[in-house]
Amino acid sequence: MAVATQEGSVEAQRRWEGSLDHLRGLVSERAVTGETMLLNMGPHHPSTHGVLRLLLELDGEQIVTCLPDIGFLHTGIEKSIEDKSYEKALPLTDRMDYLSPMSNNMAYAAAVEKLLDLDVPERGQLIRVVCLELARCASHLVWLGTHAIDMGAMSVLLYAFRERERILGMFEMLSGQRMMGSYIRPGGVWRDVPDDFLPTLKGFLNDFPAKVDDYEALLTQNPIWKDRAQGVGVIEPDVALAFGMTGPALRGSGVNWDLRKAQPYSGYETYDFSVPLGEHGDVYDRYLIRIQEFRESMKILGQAAARLETVKGPYRSQNNKYCPPLRSELGQSMEAVIHHFKLWTYGYDAPDDEIYSAIESPRGEIGCYIHGTGANKPRRVHFKTPSFMHISALPVVSRGYLLADMVAIIGSVDIVLGDCDR
Amino acid sequence: MEIPAARDPVSAAREVFGDAILRVKEFRGETTIVVEALRLPEVLDYLRVSAGLVYNMLSDVSAVDYHPQDYGAGFSGDYRPERFAVSYHILSMLYNRRLRVKAFAAEADPRLPTATVVWPSANWLEREIADMMGIVFEGHPDPRRLLMPDDWYGHPHRRDYPLGKETVAFSFNEAEISKHKPFASD
Amino acid sequence: MGVSSKLGNLGVVTTTVEQAVNWGRTGAMWPLLFGLACCAIEYMSSQASSYDLSRFGMELNRATPRQADLLIVSGRLTRKMAPVVRQLYDQMAEPKWVISMGDCASCGGVYNNYAIVQGVDEIIPVDVYVAGCPPRPEQLLHGILTLHEKVKSERIADWA
Repeated sequence: MAVATQEGSVEAQRRWEGSLDHLRGLVSERAVTGETMLLNMGPHHPSTHGVLRLLLELDGEQIVTCLPDIGFLHTGIEKSIEDKSYEKALPLTDRMDYLSPMSNNMAYAAAVEKLLDLDVPERGQLIRVVCLELARCASHLVWLGTHAIDMGAMSVLLYAFRERERILGMFEMLSGQRMMGSYIRPGGVWRDVPDDFLPTLKGFLNDFPAKVDDYEALLTQNPIWKDRAQGVGVIEPDVALAFGMTGPALRGSGVNWDLRKAQPYSGYETYDFSVPLGEHGDVYDRYLIRIQEFRESMKILGQAAARLETVKGPYRSQNNKYCPPLRSELGQSMEAVIHHFKLWTYGYDAPDDEIYSAIESPRGEIGCYIHGTGANKPRRVHFKTPSFMHISALPVVSRGYLLADMVAIIGSVDIVLGDCDR
Repeated sequence: MEIPAARDPVSAAREVFGDAILRVKEFRGETTIVVEALRLPEVLDYLRVSAGLVYNMLSDVSAVDYHPQDYGAGFSGDYRPERFAVSYHILSMLYNRRLRVKAFAAEADPRLPTATVVWPSANWLEREIADMMGIVFEGHPDPRRLLMPDDWYGHPHRRDYPLGKETVAFSFNEAEISKHKPFASD
Repeated sequence: MGVSSKLGNLGVVTTTVEQAVNWGRTGAMWPLLFGLACCAIEYMSSQASSYDLSRFGMELNRATPRQADLLIVSGRLTRKMAPVVRQLYDQMAEPKWVISMGDCASCGGVYNNYAIVQGVDEIIPVDVYVAGCPPRPEQLLHGILTLHEKVKSERIADWA
């Protein structure tokens, strides 16, 4: 603590950034008197999954108060989108939740489609489902690896990333980029799947279930893992709902809510899959749910792969006011050239009205609010992101647990700071 | 347990709050209720707890800025009396439907009552809006900035805030940096 | 490896101090365990099984800057984060190197806006820039090997 040694240094002490005055009312009075310890965790900390800063008030090792400080990755994406036409804004959405860029693309594309009242052909929806479920697997694989490392199991990361590379390879095949594909676009997808995609997908579907069994063999019955995870970070269902938690964090508490089932988009209602639910709402249940979601995603992907062979047709909307014409038409049709030129220079007008549309990302509900201007740029775009809500609930979820459990809790609600700060 | 039949949120709210429900709008299958700003928490609480409505989850709170001329008396389109609007997107899991409750805030002194008492999740969502749009939520338990640094000047998501304004954090090599940087505000 | 091996003293290798030190510095260059955004995920990929940075003596990520030689700025740097990164850099012991990974760290990338520092070189000196959004792990490996080349060419006279 700073000590006032000279005359006038009282003022200096007040200005000293360690002064606790601005924390009055946020931490308990015991912290101000020095009875409990204030500990700064982050923004550079290996297990805060990015640049989250937590100000923890500790009584011994027990967490009394937790004050998350976010914004270290606030990128101004929403403001940047206001300056771009609807289609050009799409690559920015990739970079919000960088573990599952496809889900962000889908959230944004679905919102734009709703604003424009644009339909997506069946094959486009099918390819989207394939991408979204692959993205779910890829995202859960990173979660599994990093969560396990946080809890002390180093080797899982190496296995998880081995499989993730195969998924990224498939994304590269589709879009030309490993992570930030911008493949799902308003009106459909960028292009049809290449010929060698389907065999690769089938090969992956053939191998992956056995790999999930391997992960389970490493962790599920591991006594250390169970000790660290069971009974830790319990989220009661009413707390989860009050704090707007969604996704596996909500389903871990036993609330049956999955937007793929409740408000289906992109044809999810035609697939046969189930929604795994937890009982206790602890770290271990959330782990089990994500492992189960690997298997459910495999089910969906199996059905989608079978349909990819039979369902043919356009992969993006044929409405050339909103979607570019095929490249092959440009040489023959003057109209196609005009549409192409108009779309890539000006874009398209959207109504001066507002919509909200939501999809189920690997982390939970990604909502996209768009308010148009009547011209080619939006007035306001706002993303409701699951990590934001989950971090806002951390103070309640972590209260009373040990400092080491904090790491397990952060890992289990699966936060991505790019998703949170945008 | 018997689930009560779903009620129409618009007529239910009109019945209870009468004139406080200023406008109702339908667009792309979404219902928007514009309410009087001061009665916003009441309306939200009523929609949350009443049988047949049960909007138990706050999905999102988003603000929009109608600067420079798309609001006020001179504007002919939608009902937009003031510059700022804040929308509460609420979700009823039981009846599987969404509703948007919207209130306007004046340019001179943008103020709205907080909904944190209704949903704890509104805490951060409103803090973000207070930070980004400069709308003050009265009675908010923790009105600090959320995303921007504490000493930040201005509210970046307002329409009149420049997109590419660049302030230099460390000034020892400022001249050298500005020599080769394009400035978006130019 | 000149005279001594001809004389039969095969256990002895002669070299210059410069070469020996630079060999040591490149052979075990410990990076700081530090990630900002999307590029950090590709950085993790390069650490993981398929690309395996350990081949270049970098399997050990140090979480404290005091034990790290290399700062890989992986991702977009916000105005709020900039003082933190500067402090991390200041806490690293000499000699230290910086790789600016990705477009955002190198020049602001697609974000020319109020929140993002337009290039990490505004706050810390950078040795190698790696382009890409995000760069593939191979690109990062190339950046690291380029840095190794740079370190190997350092002269004893230039050491401060």
